[in-house]
Amino acid sequence: MTEAGPDPNEPVRSIRAPVHLEYHFMPGRASSRFLRGVEQGRLLGQRCPQCAKVYVPPRGACAACGVPTDEEVEVADRGTVTTFCVVNVPFHGQKIKLPYVSATILLDGADIGLFHLLQEVDAEKVHMGMRVEAVWAPPEQRKPTLESILHFRPSGEPDADYETYKDHV
Amino acid sequence: MSGQLCAVVGVGQTKYSSTRGDVSIAGLCREAAGRALEDAGMTWRDIDAVVIGKAPDMFEGVMMPELYLADALGAAGKPMLRVHTAGSVGGSTALVAASLVQGGIHQRVLTVAFEKQSESDAMWALSRPMPFAPPTLAGAGGYFAPLIRSYIRRSGAPDHIGIMVGVKDRQNALRNPYAHLQIEDISFEKVAESPMLWDPIRYLETCPSSDGACAMVLVDEPTAGRSPDPAWIVGTAMRSEPTMFAGRDAVNPRAGRDCAADLYAQAGITDPRGQIDCAEIYVPFSWYEPMWMENLGFAAEGEGWKMTDSGATAFDGDLPVNPSGGVLSSNPIGASGMIRFAEAALQVRGKAGEHQVAGAGQALGHAYGGGSQFFAMWIVRAQKP
Repeated sequence: MTEAGPDPNEPVRSIRAPVHLEYHFMPGRASSRFLRGVEQGRLLGQRCPQCAKVYVPPRGACAACGVPTDEEVEVADRGTVTTFCVVNVPFHGQKIKLPYVSATILLDGADIGLFHLLQEVDAEKVHMGMRVEAVWAPPEQRKPTLESILHFRPSGEPDADYETYKDHV
Repeated sequence: MSGQLCAVVGVGQTKYSSTRGDVSIAGLCREAAGRALEDAGMTWRDIDAVVIGKAPDMFEGVMMPELYLADALGAAGKPMLRVHTAGSVGGSTALVAASLVQGGIHQRVLTVAFEKQSESDAMWALSRPMPFAPPTLAGAGGYFAPLIRSYIRRSGAPDHIGIMVGVKDRQNALRNPYAHLQIEDISFEKVAESPMLWDPIRYLETCPSSDGACAMVLVDEPTAGRSPDPAWIVGTAMRSEPTMFAGRDAVNPRAGRDCAADLYAQAGITDPRGQIDCAEIYVPFSWYEPMWMENLGFAAEGEGWKMTDSGATAFDGDLPVNPSGGVLSSNPIGASGMIRFAEAALQVRGKAGEHQVAGAGQALGHAYGGGSQFFAMWIVRAQKP
């Protein structure tokens, strides 16, 4: 026979019911071109035929003009930090060691910022206008994901003049 | 403004707190709705339709909670709608409810918005890695902190502005018995010395995580005529824009500027700062007060921080902003927008208690959501238009 079980008068307050979600994400044509480029260490964007702005990663269309973007443009794997934040909040599922710098990087030749990780520099030394370059995974480890760029790091170039990126701040 | 007249005749709120362990989601919503009905002098039977709103289902993990809330909110045999526009949902929910009256479809609509953050993990839900991208996302703060840094650079605002808002809204909260945070010893030093969570956002420049619900009863002109203190809705507007496009100004989004312009035109407002007596705006991080002052046309671009600095937005200023304590003091996410709308209504009804702005005849309620891409606003007035 069992020992004394749970008190039958104690209310049941909660249950655990884990839900598992698995996504199969179809990147589509524009993203596929971009991701295949990343595998080869290249960053391929697309130029809008109307406003002439270059999207990296490309979306296949310009959300401002509402037109398809077909023209492919290769941009540099270096650029300028337009803004950033230093993340110092622990949360469930976090994968990067705290504190880390999440930066918006305007790649040379692009007209929209790219979100990526900035490392190999003390967080307090990061600033707007800082010039940075991509640190790629070794070619054999590259996959069709922006995680093939491990992170960005300062390139050692002088800071960009505010005028050159102020429209992106 | 288009359509028939609509007014707020009932407001109900729960006491916001980190954990309301004594009630379920349904119990929480019913508490707010019951108080709104009581304030309106009505019963569940008087309601024609129910419109509810909350933020993403992934927060609590309860998919389509409206299914089980229909019963709790007395919607059996009546139309029920659920609205979702991320953080602005509380505002857009109220506007959908108002449109049912303005369109002449219903006479008396109950609207309710809620979040039970103690049963949720919003930080986790907002930080899911994007496909093919590095896992740098870190909640709402991780998205908005770089935009705040941009605002500071563009405007040249001094560092103490964010701290001032953090102090001011918590001081206002001490006048509001429903506010979650009641920090008696709030001070400039206390905010300044709180840790940086998402540099440049400090801990005390951030909203709390709250459980709570807010409800309103919206009615047509004949019904409002029997209320002693209706808040007449004289302008409503919503706008949206994509999160990401080349050339987007995410600091001062066009959707917000256009939304405000439409709103003011409906309400006959040509000088927002002169004609609006107080504003309840969605400020989840302190720097969003000066940012929205500019987006809403209360100040010229780059000048919003001067309103905070001069005390214009303080409780005794010429445009009190968030006299209730705002989102910085209570944040049941899905309800936070509706609380702004409801607090604006309470002000012009003269029912805001200790945080009543003297002589408030016209007030703004504002909410935003997503990556500053959804906007919802209304103007309420004491005097019948």
